[in-house]
Amino acid sequence: MQLLDLNNIHFSYPGLDPVLEDASMQLNAGERLSIVGPNGAGKSTLLKVIMGLLTPTRGTVKAFGKTCAEEADFHEMRRRVGFVFQDADDQLFCPTVAEDVAFGPLNLGKTKQEALAIVDSVLNRLGLMHLRERVTHKLSGGEKRLVTLATVLAMEPDVLILDEPTNALDPENYTRLAEILEGLDQAVLLVSHDPEFRERIAPEGYQLSERKLTRVPGRIQGRARQ
Amino acid sequence: MTYVLTGAEKPLSGIGVFRAKVTTLDPRMRIVMSAAYAVVVVSLSNLWVLSVALGLSMSLLAFSGLPPRKTLKRMAMMDSFIVFMLVLLPFTVPGTPVFSIWGLEASWEGLWRAVEIALTANAVILAVMTLVGSMEPVTMGHALFALKTPERLVHLMMFTIRYIDVLREEYQRLRTSMKLRGFRPGTNWHTYRSYGYLVGMMLVRAIERSERILAAMKCRGFSGRIILLEDFRFSRADLFFAAAVTAALAALIWVEAIYAAS
Repeated sequence: MQLLDLNNIHFSYPGLDPVLEDASMQLNAGERLSIVGPNGAGKSTLLKVIMGLLTPTRGTVKAFGKTCAEEADFHEMRRRVGFVFQDADDQLFCPTVAEDVAFGPLNLGKTKQEALAIVDSVLNRLGLMHLRERVTHKLSGGEKRLVTLATVLAMEPDVLILDEPTNALDPENYTRLAEILEGLDQAVLLVSHDPEFRERIAPEGYQLSERKLTRVPGRIQGRARQ
Repeated sequence: MTYVLTGAEKPLSGIGVFRAKVTTLDPRMRIVMSAAYAVVVVSLSNLWVLSVALGLSMSLLAFSGLPPRKTLKRMAMMDSFIVFMLVLLPFTVPGTPVFSIWGLEASWEGLWRAVEIALTANAVILAVMTLVGSMEPVTMGHALFALKTPERLVHLMMFTIRYIDVLREEYQRLRTSMKLRGFRPGTNWHTYRSYGYLVGMMLVRAIERSERILAAMKCRGFSGRIILLEDFRFSRADLFFAAAVTAALAALIWVEAIYAAS
């Protein structure tokens, strides 16, 4: 089944040159794909178009077989697509970790008891129970990253979109993140500059450069990490 | 709230593991009672009654189990804001002269007025510090929400609590990078312009960050309402405390009325 299906997406920021031209891509159930490309090529823009945070000038976004055009359509799809932002501080906005993890489930209409049960099970699964009552802005960079993943997994999404998840992670948290991601059964769309991480999580995928999105045949080649 | 701004200082809720007694009381009740307390004390005008009110605030402090020295020091900090007004008041209010300095005459009326204001201000601020100042800022947000404060204001406060530190760090990063490139503030256009850029850059970044936060919230199904997790319980101890404070306030009003009548 096709979870995400982008067709001929064109996008440009107002008054600027186009960022995306004729971009098409598909993500199937259980598939793990990477998107690679130089800085400023429009990878984050593409992800925002997928999530409906930016409206393409042309082309359609289809999610779970349904065309998403209006904000209301995206409301539905966002319940099933988890997006982990590049900067963890943008994502963790509640005072405590427990509240932040509960935010998504509460938005989905869960009761407080259900939400708290989800908080406990997700934190347990990721081995983050010790952070439950911590204040989010006092967490370390690595802890913040793992908690953002927990906040998204709490919504039990079918697709996980990760924008540069390994940014500024120490080796220990890096390994933890990789292990957690390897253990998930969701389809994954990964944007990462880190060849080793891509190789581990999502070795195949698309290349975005000069406004064109092209499927790379086989594994994406990249320099090995020094 | 102060610890959000300074980073180092904690709210006045006790030291380390030791929790002050007052923090076990229902935060909603504490906010309501301190508001009632403030309104009543501000409306008093008899100096004796006001002195009793200050005494009452002191006994609240003693009961609350907060560190007294630290709390009183904070109260004194507030006094430094009004001290000039208090000093000038005897000279600006016309009335019976008491003494004169450099040809300026101080009046009894002005002097009493200054004492009245000083007593009122200190009594109120001390009560507010013991009852509300001992709360974690987050708890206070939740309590205000439970008291039906407009949701937007509560969210504004919660976001401030969460992001003020991020903004401060951003400011410090920018300042450090300026310093590392040899920036020394002075009284010149280069300094003013650089500070202008710094403030401008902070504003731009703050706006962009707020947009990213909203985007991240939308991605998790946000549709205009944040549901808060915390529930408050109104216990027997809260009832006793509220009743005691109410009785004390009623007594203050009664004594004031007797003085006014005589």
